[in-house]
Order: sequence, then C-alpha cells, then structure tokens
Amino acid sequence: MADVRPFDDRTPGVEEYEPTANYWSYTAGLGLAVLLTIASFVVSQTNLLWAPGIPVGLIVLAFAQIGVHLVFFLHLGSGPESTNNILALAFGVLIVFLVITGSIWIIANLNWNMMDMPR
Amino acid sequence: MTIATLDFVPTELARGRGGGGPAPTRIVVAYGFWIFLLSDFVLFSGLFAAYAVLSGNTAGGPTGSELFNLRSVFIETMCLLFSSYTCGLGALSAERRQPGRFLVFNALTFALGAAFLIIESTEFAGMVSKGAGPSRSAFLSGFFTLVGTHGVHVTGGLIFLVYMMAQAIAKGLRPHVLRRLLCFSLFWHALDIVWVGVFMLVYLMGAR
Amino acid sequence: MLGRLSWAAIPLDQPLPLYSMGVVGLVILAVLVLVTVKGWWPYLWREWITSVDHKRIGVMYVILGLVMLLRGYSDAIMMRTQQAIAIGDAQGYLPPDHYDQIFSAHGTIMIFFVAMPLVIGLMNFAVPLQLGVRDVAFPTLNSVSFWLTATGALLVNLSLVIGAFSRATWWGYPPLSEIAYSPDEGVDYYLWSLQISGIGTLLTGVNFVTTILKLRAPGMTYMRMPVFCWTALAANMLIVAAFPVLTATFVMLLLDRYLGMHFFTNDLGGNQMMYASLFWTWGHPEVYILILPCFGVFSEVAATFSGKGLFSYRSMVWATLGICILSFMVWLHHFFTMGAGADVNAIFGIMSAIIAVPTGAKVFNWLFTLFRGRIVFTTPVLYLIGFMVTFVIGGLTGVLLAVPPVNFELHNSAFLVAHFHNVIIGGVVYGALAGYNYWFPKAFGFTLDDRWGKASFWCWLIGFYLAFFPLYQLGLMGMTRRLQHIADPSWQPLLLVAEAGAIVIFLGILCQIAQLYVSIRTREERRDLTGDPWNGRTLEWATPSPPPAYNFAVLPRVETIDAFSNMKRRGQPPVEPSYEPIEMPRNSPIGIVNAFFATVVGFALIWHIWWIVILGLLAAAVGILAFGWSENREREVPASEIARRERARLGLGRPA
Repeated sequence: MADVRPFDDRTPGVEEYEPTANYWSYTAGLGLAVLLTIASFVVSQTNLLWAPGIPVGLIVLAFAQIGVHLVFFLHLGSGPESTNNILALAFGVLIVFLVITGSIWIIANLNWNMMDMPR
Repeated sequence: MTIATLDFVPTELARGRGGGGPAPTRIVVAYGFWIFLLSDFVLFSGLFAAYAVLSGNTAGGPTGSELFNLRSVFIETMCLLFSSYTCGLGALSAERRQPGRFLVFNALTFALGAAFLIIESTEFAGMVSKGAGPSRSAFLSGFFTLVGTHGVHVTGGLIFLVYMMAQAIAKGLRPHVLRRLLCFSLFWHALDIVWVGVFMLVYLMGAR
Repeated sequence: MLGRLSWAAIPLDQPLPLYSMGVVGLVILAVLVLVTVKGWWPYLWREWITSVDHKRIGVMYVILGLVMLLRGYSDAIMMRTQQAIAIGDAQGYLPPDHYDQIFSAHGTIMIFFVAMPLVIGLMNFAVPLQLGVRDVAFPTLNSVSFWLTATGALLVNLSLVIGAFSRATWWGYPPLSEIAYSPDEGVDYYLWSLQISGIGTLLTGVNFVTTILKLRAPGMTYMRMPVFCWTALAANMLIVAAFPVLTATFVMLLLDRYLGMHFFTNDLGGNQMMYASLFWTWGHPEVYILILPCFGVFSEVAATFSGKGLFSYRSMVWATLGICILSFMVWLHHFFTMGAGADVNAIFGIMSAIIAVPTGAKVFNWLFTLFRGRIVFTTPVLYLIGFMVTFVIGGLTGVLLAVPPVNFELHNSAFLVAHFHNVIIGGVVYGALAGYNYWFPKAFGFTLDDRWGKASFWCWLIGFYLAFFPLYQLGLMGMTRRLQHIADPSWQPLLLVAEAGAIVIFLGILCQIAQLYVSIRTREERRDLTGDPWNGRTLEWATPSPPPAYNFAVLPRVETIDAFSNMKRRGQPPVEPSYEPIEMPRNSPIGIVNAFFATVVGFALIWHIWWIVILGLLAAAVGILAFGWSENREREVPASEIARRERARLGLGRPA
C-alpha cells in the first residue's frame, strides 16, 4: 500500500501534497514571527501601549505568533483534511486554558481567603 | 454490495465522515506524534500554571526584573526561531530528496539549537552563582523548572536530530526515516511554540 | 555505595509484612520453578513477553489487574478488621504507622494497578477487533506501555519487602509528603512507581486515540463505530489530557524532595494548595477514564443480551463526549473545604451537578435497550443490572456531596468513602467483571462457567451493600476516614456489619478464582466453536475464538452500526474472497528490556544510588537507540497460510 494517497487527511507538517509547503511559506512565516517578536519586546519595554494593557497585548501577540507557527510551519489548514488535526488542537488548547486559568483563578481565590501574606 | 468483493470503498462516500479505511502509515505516525505533542503542551501548561501562581513568591530573594537579561533572551529567541525556519527548509529538502541541502539545513538547525542552549545554560549558571538558584524561592523553583524543562526538551530534540541525521546518512531517505524526520520537525516547531509562551509570559511580563 | 539502602530496610521486626513477603515470595518461586521445569520459557518469551499483539497485551493487563486486586483487597480487609476491633480501649493489631501505609497502598494499588490495568486491558483486547482492523496504531509502543505499568506495580510491591511505603495517602499531599515530614523512602516509592507507570499510560492514550481516529475498517464512519469504541476514545482523550498534569505535579514534588526546591514547601514561598489543585485536575478526569470504558462495556452487554440494538446510539455518543469535556471542569469539588470563596465553590458545585445529567441520559438508554428485549440472564447481564442500581445510588450521593455546604459536613468522612466505593465498585469493578466474562470466550476459545460467575456476582453485590452502606450512616454520624482507632463504641455495630460485607466480597473473589479453575478444567464442554457464543452484534464476534494474530483475513466492509449483525442478516457471500499476504509486526523485546531498566533506575532513585541511576539511564538510552536503528521489524503472513486457516474454519460452517 502506498505511503500516502491523494485526498487523504493532512497531518501537521506533512510536506507532500501540500500546496502551501514551499520556501515562500516558511520565509513568510519567519518574517512574520520575527516582526511579532520584536513587537512584543517593544510593547513590554516601552510605553507604546497603555501600561495596564500590556499583559493583554503580550498575550494577543503570543497567540498571533503561535498562529503563525501553526499555519506557516505546520501547515495547519482549514480544509476538510485538517479537521482531525484542528479538533485535536482545539481540545488541547481547551485543556491548556482550563489548567492555567483554572489554577490561577482558584489559587488566587484561595490565597485571598487564606489571607496569604506576600512572601 | 456483497461482503467478499475487494473493490475500494469510494472515497467520495466515505471521505469527511471517516469511512475510508485505515489511514496510511505516514499519516498514522504523524497524527500519533501530534497527539503526543498535545500531551506535552498539557505538561507545560501544568508547569506554566505553577509558575504563574508562584511567580510572586520571591521570599525576599531576587525578582525577575532583577535577574532577566532581555538582550540575551532576544538573541536566544531569534536562535530558536531561525532554527525552526532551517528545520522547515530541511524538511522540504528531505521531501524533494535533496540530500546535500537536507544536511546543510539540519546542521544549521543543530547549530542554532545548540546556541540557544549555550545562552540559556550561561544564564542559569549566572543566576545560580548569584545565589538565585532554584532552591532560593518558590518563584525561582517555578522559573528554573519551566524554562529548564523546555531546555531539556530542546536537548532531547538535538539528540533526536543527530540520531536522525546519522540514520539518513547511513540508510538514505527511506520511508521510515522520512516518517521519523517528520516527527522531528513536528517536535521542533512545537518547542518553538512553547518558547513563545515562555518568553512572553516569563521573561517579558516578569521583567517589567 | 548503595545510597541509603541497608539491611535495616528489610522489616525483620515486623511480622505482618515479613510473613506476607514470605508467602508471596514462595508463590513466585514456585511459579518460576514450575515454568522452568516444564520448559515453558521459550513459549512465554515468544508468545507473551515479547508479544506486540493487542490481544495478548490486553490479557496480560487483565492478569496484572486481577493479581493486584488480591494485594489491594488484602489491604482492604486488614483495614476493615482493624476498624472492627480497635474500638474504645482495644488497640487492634495494626500500629498507626502500618495502618497509614496500608491505606496509602490500598488506594494507590486499586486505582493505578487494578482499575487502570483492567480497563486498559479490556480496551486493548476489544477495540481493534471491534474496529475491524489488525492491531493498534503502534503495537510495539503498546508492549512498552504494558511493561512500564508492570514496573510500577513491581516497585509498589517491593516497598512491602524493602523499606516502607508512603504514609501520605494515595494523593501524597504536601507538606506531609515533603522531605521535612516524610524523609524516608516511602513517598519516593509512591512517586517513582506512578511516574513510570504514568508514562506507560500516556503512551497508551496516544496509541488508542490514533487507532480509533485513523485506523478503522473501510466503511466504518464515526457514527458506525461500536459505542465501546466511542467510550474508549473519550477515555483515551482524557488520558492524553490529564496524565501530563499528574506528571508535572509529581515532577514538582520530586524536585522539592530531591533538589530542595520550594513548590509546595512550608517555607520560602511554597504553596501547598497548588498541589491539591493540580493533583485533582488530574484526579477527576482519572475517575472518568475509569468509568467511561465500563459504560461502553455495559452498552455492548445491554444490546447483545437483549437481542436488539442500543437505544439511541446518537445520544449515547453525545453523552460520552459531553462527560469527557465536562470532566475537566469540576475538579475543585475534591477540595471544597480547602478555603475557596463561595463564588468559586458554587460554580464548581453547579458544574458537578451538571455532569450527572449525561450519565443519567445513559442510564435511561440502557433501560430502554433492555425494555422489550429478549433478555438472556448471563453473568454480564446480572452485573449490568447490579450496576444500574448501585451506580445510580452512588451517583446520587455524589450529587449530594457536590453541594458545598453539605460537603463541609461530609468531606473526608466515611460518607465520602462510601460514595466513591459505591461508584467505583458499582461502576468500574462490575463493568470490568462484566467485560471479563463477556470477552473471555473470544480471548480463550471457551466460555467461563456461568454458575460460579453468578455466585461471584451475588457475593460482590451483597458484600458491597453490607460493606459500604454502614459507612454512609457512620459518615453522617461523624466518622472520618482513615481512622486507625475508633473512640466511639456506638459505631461498632455498623463497623461489624461492614466487616461482614468485606468477608462476603472476599468470598466473591474466591468464587472468581473457582470460576476460572472450574472453567479451565471443564473447558471442552463450553468450547466456542463458532466464534459467536452470545449472538453478538459487533465485529469482534466475526472472528474465530481466539482470533488469529492478524484478526481478520480480509478487512470487513462496514455498512451500518452493529456491523456483524448486519453481516449475519445478509448471509454468507457466494464467493470465497481472494486472500492477500498480510504484513504483521514482529515481536520485540524492547518492552521488557525498557521496563527492566526502568525498574532498576526507579529503585536506584528511590534509594539514592546515583551511580546505578546514571548507568541504568545510559543502558536504557542505548537500548532505545539500538531498537530505533533496527530494520526488518515486520513479517509477512503468506496468503497460502491465511487461506488454509480460513478454509479449515469455513469447514465448520462459519460465515467468513
């Protein structure tokens, strides 16, 4: 049996049958990622963004850069072949979100109730 | 349609609802590795959560803004990002069966990854020598464990890369070697994704 | 030279572990001698130890689970007996230090080395057969997973013989589990054995998610998969999502203990509540990992033994996926009393109540499946009915506990102990035993003796109610869990009833052993010649019992749900299919070799023998790299051999 058939599921990173897998997609991805990295350093170290909004700005830039990686380096597309991969990623993102925000929210609440002194 | 006929189930009928039969090996291996990487992301999320909760607990010791050198963080970030780029180009060369370019790009990936590790180890050693080691405070325990686990993964990735380059040289770019190279690329790009989270949330937010 | 290991680690002054170690040691020695004398080693090595066949690995998981049930159950009956007699002035026979180790070991063993292996074993055996394929996505990885789990079980049992086990309960909460309060090897035994077996379990999760999503027979769309495969998918998705959190949590505790870090210490900024939160972030999905495949078993049993398809397949699938997602949103209900505010407690309380809804939908579906069916009252069906009553009661007490003010009264009381044993025994144990009875003929070619099976069921049912309903009452009366000594004599009558229940369950276990013995002895009377002893509906019954290594000579073409029922309805094909050679993976020793080094490294880490750790890790790395370099890991089964087998089978009048 051939290793790959046409019309099969895509998998992240698989290069064959990938119309987007070429030097341009990687170079564009690199360029965007470099820009987003520089932007995040600028945002955090200067006063370009209103100070209380900086964490939100950094999170947005982080998501954007992760998106660049997923699309340009891992070729995660929107076609029906990528559905399994997108669903798996969505499930992973949900779990990561629940673990991180759940922990932060719960412990912040517990710390406040337990009158946790800064230490 | 009797049960005994061997004609292929038309893909138009089965496609999209998952009835096309067992997927080819390359897809199965890559998808399995993708699921494993998602589990690794969850591992990192546990460490991120612990860091986020403990980042304020400096126990009178040094804080992030005192310790982090953003210039070297920028350089190591660029090293890892460019190594992801060269890794992608190496994967393209492997698919197009261009062994010369494949070796060059992967050697560059290794060099850039190693540079990242050297910068990071120097940073760790510097912090430890200043008395800001992982046992100084909960914040530092969280920092060293989160960033250190990422570093351990990078180290493992470099060992994986050297091993796969040896296999490619010794056996050629055969299907099972290509499958494993695919797994390596997935791994390497995933590590860069985790690093985005690390440098944004640990270094940039912590250094303010 | 040998770290902190010394001769003092062997409990020569403690009769109980010494004698049990002696007995177990003699039994193991006797088995080894028997195997050697009979010359069975080559067979065992070739057919079982190095096997990468999911059916063999599934059987080995179930054997591991059942053997560890004996160890976990001896812990249980020791605790019950201590609580029945250590009342008022009487001190009982178990000193507190021992008692603490026993309840810690009981929980750890029952969850990680009984329930998980039983459930994973059933999934291993049945899922590829039900999907109509030849094996899981990564067969060699499957073998590695099993042997790593066995390593964890071995390490826990070594703690009986060398040193002591953890006294910090099966959760290992800091600061008790930190180096300051548990400086000895106990907590390290707990942490390393679970980390090692946790890797095995995570790899199983990856393996099965990939198998179910990417490897199914042609024509088997998602909505034509058997419900057991849907529940297996959900459980394995939960494994992939939850086990890394446990790994991270244990890594942090290990770093605290070994490298003096401060994640959960009392000083320098540690936060112990973070451990509890992260542990239960894993812990709650874990119980759903255990129960979902058992729900799947019951769906199969209900449909098969009522002679009709499962009622409302779609809602079963959606309920399963709903439970899967919701199980990640309730974990705080394990620590309502830790001090979160009313808002946080309320939200998690409401989520915990909501998660009961899809389970309720499933119960109705099972009832409607049985309704107006032509029910055959075999042992699995008895377990199904026992489950539906028992699990619903346990679920109801769970919803009671989900109300935070009630929880403040009942947290960590005997009521809680009764609740979780209610759902675990009523759900997981009954499900595992039903699945064991249901699929045994497929695995071994003969059915189990049904009379002994029913006897075992009645003992488990009556024993459970006798053992645990008194605990509900005791919890409401104020008894907490983990008591080595009971001060209030008015509790004794109820504790004696509980002890009687424990003895009845023990009789149930003896009945199971008798069932196995009798079934093997009289197996010729109950041979499964057709491969389909129950008039099954799903594809595993389309194979001979036991199936050949490649499962199906020709992958079946699936057109409907309950594919095998459909095939039977349509009848035998007029033409014999032409057989093609089948590529099967070869056996591999990497599973057991890896596990051997994992055991050595784990033991050395526990006892701080650093040079063995380094050598062991290097050896393991060399083994893995050598394995990765090897070629020729598949063999071809020639078409002629397949044709020969199939014709021999068809000669007995079976449809292909």
